[in-house]
Amino acid sequence: MFDKVWDTHVVSASNDGPSLLYVDLHLVHEVTSPQAFAGLEAAGRTVRRPDLTVATVDHGVPTADRLRGITDPLSKKQIDTLVDNCRRHGITLYGIDDPRQGIVHVVGPEQGLTQPGMTIVCGDSHTSTHGAFGALAFGIGTSEVEHVLATQTLSQQKPATMSITVDGKLARGVTAKDVILGIINQIGVNGGSGHVIEYWGPVIEALSMEGRMTICNMSIEGGARAGMIAPDDTTFAFVEGKTFAPKGAAWERALEEWAALPTDTGATFDREVEIDGSALSPHVTWGTNPGQSVSVTGAIPDPSEFDAAADRQAAEHALAYMDLEPGTPIVDVPLDRVFLGSCTNARIEDLRAAADMVVGKKVHPRVDAMVVPGSTLVKMQAEQEGLDRIFKDAGFDWRDAGCSMCLAMNPDILAPGERCASTSNRNFEGRQGRGGRTHLVSPEMAAAAAVAGHFVDVRTWG
Amino acid sequence: MEPVHSIQGVAAPLPRAAIDTDQIVPKQFLKRVERSGYGPFLFYDWAHDVEGEPDPDFVLNRPEYLDARILVAGPSFGCGSSREHATWALQDRGFAAVIAPSFADIFRNNAYNVGLLPIELDQSAVDALLEIAERAGTVTVDLERQTVSSEGIEFSFDIEPHIKENLLSGIDPIGETLRSVAAIDAFEERRPAFRPALTD
Repeated sequence: MFDKVWDTHVVSASNDGPSLLYVDLHLVHEVTSPQAFAGLEAAGRTVRRPDLTVATVDHGVPTADRLRGITDPLSKKQIDTLVDNCRRHGITLYGIDDPRQGIVHVVGPEQGLTQPGMTIVCGDSHTSTHGAFGALAFGIGTSEVEHVLATQTLSQQKPATMSITVDGKLARGVTAKDVILGIINQIGVNGGSGHVIEYWGPVIEALSMEGRMTICNMSIEGGARAGMIAPDDTTFAFVEGKTFAPKGAAWERALEEWAALPTDTGATFDREVEIDGSALSPHVTWGTNPGQSVSVTGAIPDPSEFDAAADRQAAEHALAYMDLEPGTPIVDVPLDRVFLGSCTNARIEDLRAAADMVVGKKVHPRVDAMVVPGSTLVKMQAEQEGLDRIFKDAGFDWRDAGCSMCLAMNPDILAPGERCASTSNRNFEGRQGRGGRTHLVSPEMAAAAAVAGHFVDVRTWG
Repeated sequence: MEPVHSIQGVAAPLPRAAIDTDQIVPKQFLKRVERSGYGPFLFYDWAHDVEGEPDPDFVLNRPEYLDARILVAGPSFGCGSSREHATWALQDRGFAAVIAPSFADIFRNNAYNVGLLPIELDQSAVDALLEIAERAGTVTVDLERQTVSSEGIEFSFDIEPHIKENLLSGIDPIGETLRSVAAIDAFEERRPAFRPALTD
């Protein structure tokens, strides 16, 4: 599948050198684009295809009291700069007051802009999310953003391929988030380096598009450039009828192309990994990289258990930062904060699953819990379904859409020493605030943990 | 981009594994719209105490490393976020090359694009260079010959021929691509019409 998408997007190629690859969709946000637009203008260049470019504001937007405007002067200037740049270059912007605003990787699929067989780039590493549709989607730096703005192409060396098969059937309470945390735990945080991963197997086929997006989203946390899942009826049903989905005869033509995308049986990959999905359990990270996780029934590991010296050293470092003692059962770790949000886990299905866990319950008195929907449309949908009432009645803060405390560029931030169960994608030191301690979990686990005040095995939560 | 030829200067050691771009430039410094001036934010949380005062014990705050030009680091350097700010901050602080056993893919691309040289060497070579860096020794990188040398030892590194050529000539990659504009036009002619577009 990767080869098919790659080959159909090569504008020109050289022997052994890079290929010039056409970009079908360029997603833009406020943080990684201002210097690209400035560079473009300094060179007297224009945006080649504003109609294949779409922008939204997500990283720096406040998620509370938006009517008061953006109080951080730097964030305000950054967002105003994007508004100006889009206006000057004729680029569609889903701005802060637009119902289509949201996290860029939630917005693309929601609008039907993300479709199988496309190439999609964005100045954001979690662009891998869109691979869930059988698109080749990857994050780029600001120089490359400028290159795509000017030429609608990118010069890229062809990556290697890796297949990850997830066999079996997930147990109740085990989610897509647990699958990807389990995968990264197995392959390591640079296990996918230099590769595009293709995920398949019965567990992947049984997942919804939301679940598939969660998996592809965190491909980058396993070091891979991109993750892809073959499009099938689940994919087509999700795309059909969306604003930018093909209609009528065009839909039929598109279906023909998309149905031919999946990898042919017997195709070979540069590396192949197999995972037993039936054996997976809910995961919790204990360390400061997404590979450092254990089953919720497990305990904080002893660094001496690791064979490699580098892993031992990393574990010692992580436990000191996380202030955790080896041997402590994961469910005994008390929490201060819960963050339900991010491009990994803030789509409608994630909010439904989380709300299910807290109906008629109350957030633990020590815990400060917030829900940040992935987009304004997800927020509106959740409100129509009454999910906001469930969260608010339980004592959760119900916020506006944005990246929020996934990376804490806006006012949502952990205080030093605070411990947070988070549905986001990175537990790096200081990611959610200097000195903050992040544990990555599924939306179900985060919601139940908010009530219990500590991690819980959601398989027995009732 | 300025051409890159040879780099000679003090090497600084930072042997931690998986130094992510959130550590290289924490997010609170990504709100600026400028491309320059990120040097003071490099490794900010490691270089400063909670009050924002420089921590004299952090390696890059030590006087012998103030003019360091080459950073010697652990594996998976630059993993995580795609922020090019990480490369800008390293350059702004005076670094022209990073030597590590491995780099994250996006960081490596960003580095090449801004003319910061990411040099991959095996762990034993990196260990030898770390030892020299611990003494604030001088290291020389010769891009033309693809070598890293210091105090009588020399290591060779790999680099894609076209990237090497681009770095040596200081090419403008966008200008280069725009020379193929006819090929892009032709490609657009044959794109499927059902692909989405944001037309008014």
